[in-house]
Amino acid sequence: MFWQLLANGFVTGSVYAIAAIGVSLLYGLLRLVNFAHGDLMAFGAFVSYLANVTFGLPMVLSLPAGMAATAALALVSDLALWRPLRLRRAGFMSLFLASIGVALVLRQMILLLWGPQPRAYDVDPFKVYVIGDVRLSLAQVATILVASAAIVAIALFLARSTTGRVMRAMADDQALAQLSGIDVNRVILLTWVLAGLTAGLAGTLAALVQGSFDPNFGFQLLLPVFAAVVLGGIGSAYGALAGGLALGVATELSTWEGLAGGVEPAYKPVVAFGVLIVALLVRPQGLFGRARIV
Amino acid sequence: MTVLSSGEFWAFVGVMAGIYTLFTLGLQIQFGLAGLLNFGQVAFMAVGAYTMAILVVKQGWSMWLAAPLGVAAAALAGLLVGLPALRLRGDYFAIVTIAFSEIVRWVATNEDGLTGGSQGTINLRGEGVAAQYNSQWERFQGWLGEQLGIRSKDVVMLLVVWSVALLLTWLAGRLARTPWGRVLRGIREDEDAVSSLGKPVFRYRLQALVLGAALAGLAGLFYAWQFSFFSPDDFQPLITFFGWMILILGGVGRMWAVPVGALLFGFLFAATRFFDFPPFSYLDSADRAYVRLLVIGLLIIGLVLVRPQGLLGRRQEMVLE
Repeated sequence: MFWQLLANGFVTGSVYAIAAIGVSLLYGLLRLVNFAHGDLMAFGAFVSYLANVTFGLPMVLSLPAGMAATAALALVSDLALWRPLRLRRAGFMSLFLASIGVALVLRQMILLLWGPQPRAYDVDPFKVYVIGDVRLSLAQVATILVASAAIVAIALFLARSTTGRVMRAMADDQALAQLSGIDVNRVILLTWVLAGLTAGLAGTLAALVQGSFDPNFGFQLLLPVFAAVVLGGIGSAYGALAGGLALGVATELSTWEGLAGGVEPAYKPVVAFGVLIVALLVRPQGLFGRARIV
Repeated sequence: MTVLSSGEFWAFVGVMAGIYTLFTLGLQIQFGLAGLLNFGQVAFMAVGAYTMAILVVKQGWSMWLAAPLGVAAAALAGLLVGLPALRLRGDYFAIVTIAFSEIVRWVATNEDGLTGGSQGTINLRGEGVAAQYNSQWERFQGWLGEQLGIRSKDVVMLLVVWSVALLLTWLAGRLARTPWGRVLRGIREDEDAVSSLGKPVFRYRLQALVLGAALAGLAGLFYAWQFSFFSPDDFQPLITFFGWMILILGGVGRMWAVPVGALLFGFLFAATRFFDFPPFSYLDSADRAYVRLLVIGLLIIGLVLVRPQGLLGRRQEMVLE
């Protein structure tokens, strides 16, 4: 049972981790708490659905289609909205409110285009892999493989590539990065592309694992993703990865009987937030955040 | 257009705006004065409403006793959240409050024995028995209507809610000009400076949080009375963000901006109901509901672009440096 829960936790956690990267980078670079990120994830999931079910493409092609469409949407949102807001020197609250507006617009657009009924991808739900005591569905196995590859790729990109370094530098200290001659607008655009790609990926994987999903499912994922970002330390990209995985595993393991009987599965979301609150009280700057008060 | 001319409908819009005024007044004290990012205000509303309903139905208490206890419970919840969470940095505090509000909603959904579970307050006495917490309030409404010679219960509710809302807005405005309010504003601007003057920053912030939570609890009571039934689904995080929208629509930092923002938001929300001209008339009613929220989303974005400080706010509050 323990290993099964651990595997489930890793599946959920890797989805959180991938989504959390985008949220964390956007906050680090733009001071934007992107309330629309969940709906961006849902958008990716629905474009993948369009490719997979409506056009009958295999998931291997549908997933990149969803990611590309989400990245394009993120790019357009920066050019049409976020850049003009930056030019007006909009403050934290203005940005936050605008992202609530974007979230509303996006979700209603998805509802208008696809309707409120639950959808599912065209994958075999009965195919199960058994490894020791652990039983994993095809969707879970695919998610583990794709997510692990993606997490390694993102981590390498951030650690090694020039663009990745610049992104982290800007998240760390924007003024200093600007002084060193970094083209800020270009890096911000690239960050939106990365945030869009990862949101599309996380959204499609989350939809795949859930089995059925409706246009509201992105928003339900948003709060655990925020929790993962905070757990890892806001603005820290590696922290977001670690925070997402830790949160997913902790949530699933909390139902384990070996842990004083475990909590009822209905309380899993409460556990996620409980973990967050306790972690913050012990380490207020997050797991990977720097200790600073302001 | 029959709904448009219906007094009942506009009274309902007005009552909701009044409830949102109380709710957002709490946010104005917390953010406009003290700079606290409370993204979980709806939790305190839920605590207030549930405490009142549970005490009336399960303990058989008089509503007049249960109601102040509902407000007190909301304030206590604010204290319990604030004691640990206010030691955190602002944005972390925001996430902890939203986490708290989701915990409250999950507990309300799953603890059937205490709250009636996902079916809401109708289930408070258990399956099969329709529970009611509202009879005393309805008697009071009827009595007040008789005294004033008003037959419509909605209009009576409108008067009661707005009398309370305007009185409290006025009091909050007075409070903002007391030394207490000035210290809070100082904390908002420069925490270290105030701290160096020997003011207990943490305690001031906690007081602002508790006061705002109590106002949300009061909003929860009126919400419960208005609908005579509620369930955990009424306390979605979106409600908190409606409050923030009102705060920013009206303007941060000015108490009188809150009722103005709430009325504007209420009428905006109601007005989008009347999209029955082309091209909207080609859509069915479900799609029209989506278009309503979509238009509200676009209006918010437009407002942020054109007038970020809201109707009555000061521009400096919403712009960097």
